[in-house]
Amino acid sequence: MSASLIEMRGITKSFGAVKANEGVDLSVAPGEILGLLGENGAGKTTLMNVLFGAYAPDAGEILVEGRPVAIHNSADALAAGIGMVHQHFHLAPRLTVLENLLIGIAGKSGRIDRARGLARLTEISRQYGLSLDPNLPVSALSVGEQQRLEIIKALFRGAKLLILDEPTAVLAPSEVDGLFAALRSMAAQGLGIIFISHKLNEVRALTHRCVVLRHGKVAGRVDHPAGTTSAEMATLMCGHEIVPPVKEASTPGASVLTLDGISTSGHAGTPLRDVSLFVRAGEILGIAGVSGNGQRALADVISGMLPPRSGTMTIAGKKVAQFSPRELQALGLGRIPEDRMTTGLVTNLPLVDSMVLPRIGTEAFSRKGLLNPAAIRAFAEAQIEAYDIRCPGPMVRAGALSGGNLQKALLARELAFDPKVLIVSQPTRGLDIGAARFIHEKFLAMRAKGCGIIVIGEDLEELLMLSDRIAVMYEGRIAGTLPSADATVARLGLMMTGAGHTGEAA
Amino acid sequence: MFRLEARTSTPAWFNLALPLIAIAVTLVLCSGLIAVAGAGVVEAYGVMLSASLGDSYAITETLVRAAPMIFTGLAVAIAFRAKFWNIGAEGQLLAGAVASCFVGAIPMPGYLAMLLMALVGAAAGALVALVPATLRVKFKVDDVVSSLLLNSVIYYALMALIEGPWKDTFSGYPISPPIEDSANFPVLIEGTRLHLGVVVALIAAPLCWFLIARTTLGFRIRVTGENPEAARYGGINVQRVLISTALLSGALAGLAGVGEVGGVHFQVMSDISPGYGYSGIVVAMLARLNPLGVVPAAIFLAAVMTGAEAMSRATGVPAFLSDVIQGTALLAMLVALLFTAYRIRRVRASA
Ligand SMILES: Nc1ncnc2c1ncn2[C@@H]1O[C@H](COP(=O)(O)OP(=O)(O)OP(=O)(O)O)[C@@H](O)[C@H]1O
Ligand SMILES: [Mg+2]
Repeated sequence: MSASLIEMRGITKSFGAVKANEGVDLSVAPGEILGLLGENGAGKTTLMNVLFGAYAPDAGEILVEGRPVAIHNSADALAAGIGMVHQHFHLAPRLTVLENLLIGIAGKSGRIDRARGLARLTEISRQYGLSLDPNLPVSALSVGEQQRLEIIKALFRGAKLLILDEPTAVLAPSEVDGLFAALRSMAAQGLGIIFISHKLNEVRALTHRCVVLRHGKVAGRVDHPAGTTSAEMATLMCGHEIVPPVKEASTPGASVLTLDGISTSGHAGTPLRDVSLFVRAGEILGIAGVSGNGQRALADVISGMLPPRSGTMTIAGKKVAQFSPRELQALGLGRIPEDRMTTGLVTNLPLVDSMVLPRIGTEAFSRKGLLNPAAIRAFAEAQIEAYDIRCPGPMVRAGALSGGNLQKALLARELAFDPKVLIVSQPTRGLDIGAARFIHEKFLAMRAKGCGIIVIGEDLEELLMLSDRIAVMYEGRIAGTLPSADATVARLGLMMTGAGHTGEAA
Repeated sequence: MFRLEARTSTPAWFNLALPLIAIAVTLVLCSGLIAVAGAGVVEAYGVMLSASLGDSYAITETLVRAAPMIFTGLAVAIAFRAKFWNIGAEGQLLAGAVASCFVGAIPMPGYLAMLLMALVGAAAGALVALVPATLRVKFKVDDVVSSLLLNSVIYYALMALIEGPWKDTFSGYPISPPIEDSANFPVLIEGTRLHLGVVVALIAAPLCWFLIARTTLGFRIRVTGENPEAARYGGINVQRVLISTALLSGALAGLAGVGEVGGVHFQVMSDISPGYGYSGIVVAMLARLNPLGVVPAAIFLAAVMTGAEAMSRATGVPAFLSDVIQGTALLAMLVALLFTAYRIRRVRASA
């Protein structure tokens, strides 16, 4: 295999008792896009961190173009031609695009050659179709543009192999197409690419070959991803078949959440403009839309983070007065935020703290300002058990849990209080199909129990599968609402662009 | 070759081991200075130890010195838990001292005077801490800078007072008039300076621990410090928590000043605090922001201070060594804290 660009042989890496990688072999040829698949916690990120020099492997070796190399840090990795785009970007927000590219590569004399940097940026942009305004500050870039900058940064430093850890998790579907085009062009020009994703249709569309990890070991390889079904891949990943949940028919009851003429201002994203919607007991309302069309503001208003400028909101017949998280919880609202790590949890504190955080002041967990440690612990332990949250115990640092387990923990902390209405944003982002399936089942079970659920999401197939009705947001307004029986990806896609306004509240 | 690697969990024994290691490293580093000053290292540290903890009188002296640092250490520990960067314990201490001295000078029954001194002193400290907290909450002013600068403001205001309108007419020195004798804190052991305030300090530490670990306010302080966004989403009024923390922290620092006035100096002078407010930062860091750890950490620094004076007399090493030890201990602890988040791994050296 002297033709491979990168080869990893027998990589083993343990964290204490956890074997994150065990005897993993993997190679990428020039011009090849390799998919790296596996459940949450299978060891994908760890393996890539070993390749990029963040972790030293316990055993195994790495060969670049047939020669063994020692990679002790990211500088070694870059010198060996390996570039990585992490899920959390490493950019200096106040500096411009060009300045970010020039960080750390000042010449020997300490001078920075802007002109040459600019020339190189132009060349890379042209070569792979990755354009960015060099003089914009990073803080002005969208998430997709920041990702593009990270890719350019790796290429700028001479990467021959590009690692992308779940790059599509942060992108809107429309941005994914642009990313894929760039990746294909890079591969066509001889770069090697390792692509990690939980979205199997993306993997099938993009990659030439796949390696599937399970519990740290290679569970299988897929030589023709395009000719393999998602179900087959899922079976390889999980070790058993994943069947989609069945949605029972249900007759919705009275409205449990009503928004009437809600408008907002003073929000970072697109404000809401005269939004009215409702969700009934035993019903799931999907909110579709290209990201940045007011979904963030909608979620913030409903979850009590942003009081609206005008309009009213009613929960189970009671008018919301203050739009504070506490008031809404008391009225029976459950909330699951879009960003688990920054909004949902306190990663540096024990998991138990995050699990009781929103209701710490209630009778369940405290009395007269004194915590009830026994009740708090018992609650956390019961939820860990009930939701099969994989962790060493309630006292583990929350940040040490995998994405799927964190999401289960957030779900558990809300559902334990039998909400009448549940608002969730991007519920399965970054989750493997097994975990996503579990979340979907819970939503459907809550629906059967008469809970009204609002799911804000970008994955149209997920929305179509879960929802009874789908509302489309466009520029801060509800562009239309369809019963999901009448909705198709194509029709929703059209509405999301602001064209073909159809349908009325059904 | 060695390298640092991120860890996901920190073993529990680290909390104890890290400060001890930091202290050991400090003593080793400072032994170089002792040698340069021309004294025997073992001898010098021996004198320090026996002069600070060697007999019961020395121990009471060390405890008396530890008391204000327990209070300022608690003040800083609680503030830092909420990531309210209170570098102003020194100024809050001085405010507490001035306010309690005013009250103590008013004739009234002793127990009432002591109670009022504590209340008014704590309130004065809290009020001072409220300034940087309000500036941060309302105007996003950096609390490190504002609380630090406020120290100078308070110090010079105090100087202006005791050089001017408040100057002791009896002695004519730039010191305040003394408090009433009846307001002097009772001495607990005859022949020593061990006063009631020391016991209050020792009781305050477990109370603060209880507050942080077992109350909803403590929970909110911890969560707000670690992730204000998640706190807000969880229904915590982050600004209110910051203000409450500041009031609490300032009150504790104010009590440090009350103890110095009521139990040690009985009046206010320009050097009433040899930097106890700043030492509180060292104490809190050595204690890893755990209120229970504040007590041993404060006693350690107090022992260094009392010991250094005796050592200076016996061996000729300047007493400034005590300040060097404090500074080095803080640096050593900050370096040691790195190992709570990272571990050192040996990697096979290869070409
Ligand atoms: N720094 C670390 N310390 C201890 N354990 C770790 C560390 N990093 C990862 N792990 C553990 O190693 C295993 C593999 O984790 P890894 O992040 O590589 O999974 P992954 O396949 O990337 O999952 P996901 O799809 O959720 O991103 C998990 O059990 C994880 O908890
Ligand atoms: Mg990962």
